[in-house]
Amino acid sequence: MTETHENPNSPTASPSSRTSRRNVLFGTAAAGAALFAAGCTSNKSNDDKEEAGQANVADDKPGKQVTIGFAGPQADHGWLNAINEQAQERAKKYKDVTLEATEGSNDNAQQVGQIETLINKKVDVLVILPADGKALTQVGLKAMRAGIPVVNLDRVFASQQAYRCWIGGDNYGMGLNAGRYIGEKLKDKKNAKVVELAGIDNLELTRERTDGFDAALKNYPNIEKVARQAAEFTVESGQSKMAQLLRAEPKFDALWNHDDDQGVGAERAIKQAGRDDFLMVGGAGSRRVMDTIKADNGVIKATVLYPPTMAASAIDLARALGQGKGVGGLAEFEIPASLTLYSAVVTKENVDEYLPTGFK
Amino acid sequence: MLSPTGAEAVKEPAKEPASPPRRGISAPRGGLRHLSLAGVLVALVIVGAFTKPEQFLTGDNLQLILTQSSVIGVVTVGVTFVIIGGGIDLSVGAIVALASVWATTVATQEFGLGGVLLCALSVGLGCGLVNGVLIAYGPMVPFIATLAMLASARGLALLISDGKTQVVTVQSVLDLGVSDSYVLGVPPLVLVFAAVAVLGWLVLGRTTFGRRTVAVGGNAEASRLAGIAVRRQRLLLYLLSGLCCGIAAFMLIVLTGSGQNTNGNLYELDAIAAAIIGGTLLSGGRGTITGSVLGVLVFTTITNLFALNNLQTDVQQIAKGAIIVAAVLVQKGRKTQ
Repeated sequence: MTETHENPNSPTASPSSRTSRRNVLFGTAAAGAALFAAGCTSNKSNDDKEEAGQANVADDKPGKQVTIGFAGPQADHGWLNAINEQAQERAKKYKDVTLEATEGSNDNAQQVGQIETLINKKVDVLVILPADGKALTQVGLKAMRAGIPVVNLDRVFASQQAYRCWIGGDNYGMGLNAGRYIGEKLKDKKNAKVVELAGIDNLELTRERTDGFDAALKNYPNIEKVARQAAEFTVESGQSKMAQLLRAEPKFDALWNHDDDQGVGAERAIKQAGRDDFLMVGGAGSRRVMDTIKADNGVIKATVLYPPTMAASAIDLARALGQGKGVGGLAEFEIPASLTLYSAVVTKENVDEYLPTGFK
Repeated sequence: MLSPTGAEAVKEPAKEPASPPRRGISAPRGGLRHLSLAGVLVALVIVGAFTKPEQFLTGDNLQLILTQSSVIGVVTVGVTFVIIGGGIDLSVGAIVALASVWATTVATQEFGLGGVLLCALSVGLGCGLVNGVLIAYGPMVPFIATLAMLASARGLALLISDGKTQVVTVQSVLDLGVSDSYVLGVPPLVLVFAAVAVLGWLVLGRTTFGRRTVAVGGNAEASRLAGIAVRRQRLLLYLLSGLCCGIAAFMLIVLTGSGQNTNGNLYELDAIAAAIIGGTLLSGGRGTITGSVLGVLVFTTITNLFALNNLQTDVQQIAKGAIIVAAVLVQKGRKTQ
């Protein structure tokens, strides 16, 4: 309990305690903390608090031992792979955290089984990134009923009763920011044409991204979205769909690609077609794309984040839940019920700041 | 957009049956089948010419369609042999994934172009060998053995790549995929596809190996009694399919400049579908390479047509299903006459 009350007071904490905090936060954590703070901003939008939150994301002192169960989908994709790594590394950072991670699975039934095993093992807190949010709602409910608080990561359960806290990205906002960035770049151009290379079309998130993108472009009457094709988040599909798009639209001014992984293929197709007369914006934020943005030697000039650091933040939240604490930077004693992360646009100007968070 | 395509696909070949008289033997029937599939292709081209004349009817677009057909085309040639020989290969997509990942690891890339190529081919052959031994000399039916290969090859690909996209840094490999390397405007990938198709056509139609394949697929017991080494023939067929997967994996590496464990997703279904609409009998004993190649071209042209017309995934999938049904119905109608 004493710990709980210490948090809101932290801006006045002694210098020595601050130094030790910094030590703990050293390295990879700093990046995660910055993004976590950005997540806070989207709810509270107060810059002063953001500073405080950064120093206060987690308590430096080891607290009560917490066993966190982690269940995610199969890491067959760069972003998902980064999610697993972020969670593992964050858990390793805390001496009081034991992480019980299941093998990733894309099969709903299998993932339900894995989570039930974790429930039976009586872990203290569960962090779940469901392969399909709606399909795994029941097992979330089951865990909550068994008294295990659930941190629902990114893909949301159908019922709010199935989780204690949801943390995830903002797909609509991602589209919005991509559209805004492109809109600002092209606002002085007459009859500007924009092309969209979407992700897997039967995922809700793809629809949300497209809706956000369209909504943002509506603010610019001079811009028209002339074509959209959906790839499958794979390099191969990215290459194939992009090649078709380039054929279909011999001239356009900007391209938004939903996913940097499929972007490897898309960029290859662009190179094969010998085209460089447009501006390309990526999505998700891979290390490779950030390097290209930094070097400024390709069509790709920006990428819109869907930060995998959310997995690290989820571990923070789970630890706070397990220890019965709040999170730093907020006045509340309890951790929030939901945290929507901000999809920042990474450009040449700010790429250095985000480079460490880029996933491979 | 949807209805004209479907309607014409049916209408076009429907004109034909009146003229050629009924024939009992398989050779002319194969010819007819090609005619009807070529009809479908012509119908698609007509649709393309009307909907997007300035983009569809260009040399660049033809080049694109052929390039996009090339990888799956090579896989389909191998699968066609296996199906004609009375088997099935569900593992082709997974083998392509494994070979493309294995051939693009940092360690392999150190050996340059030759290393990447050799690695892709050997992984393909190795997987084909395992399939072949399990099926021909072991107690397993092709469906199960190759299903097992599908699962484990994908798993191994995931293990090796660790879920990451492996970007190719060997310049000579990358160069093969861009326009400087085109021979008289034809991409090397298309040339490889053409070479594999022509070789496949020759081997199936003009060699003992080809005749044995048809015989084993038609009636394994009769073939055995006639003195054909059925087991060895089956082993060779899966080796051939594995080799085609290895070639396709290398082509995919050149095309995408990378190796990823999600490569070759659902190739097994695409290849089987192309072979079937191309007139290959799923139970074995009959089929042609020409038909399979036409089948692949039909599918790629459909995809190209949809993309040029900016149709979205939902409509694409519905129309694709309708066209498969239409193409098969046309052939069935022809056969029962």
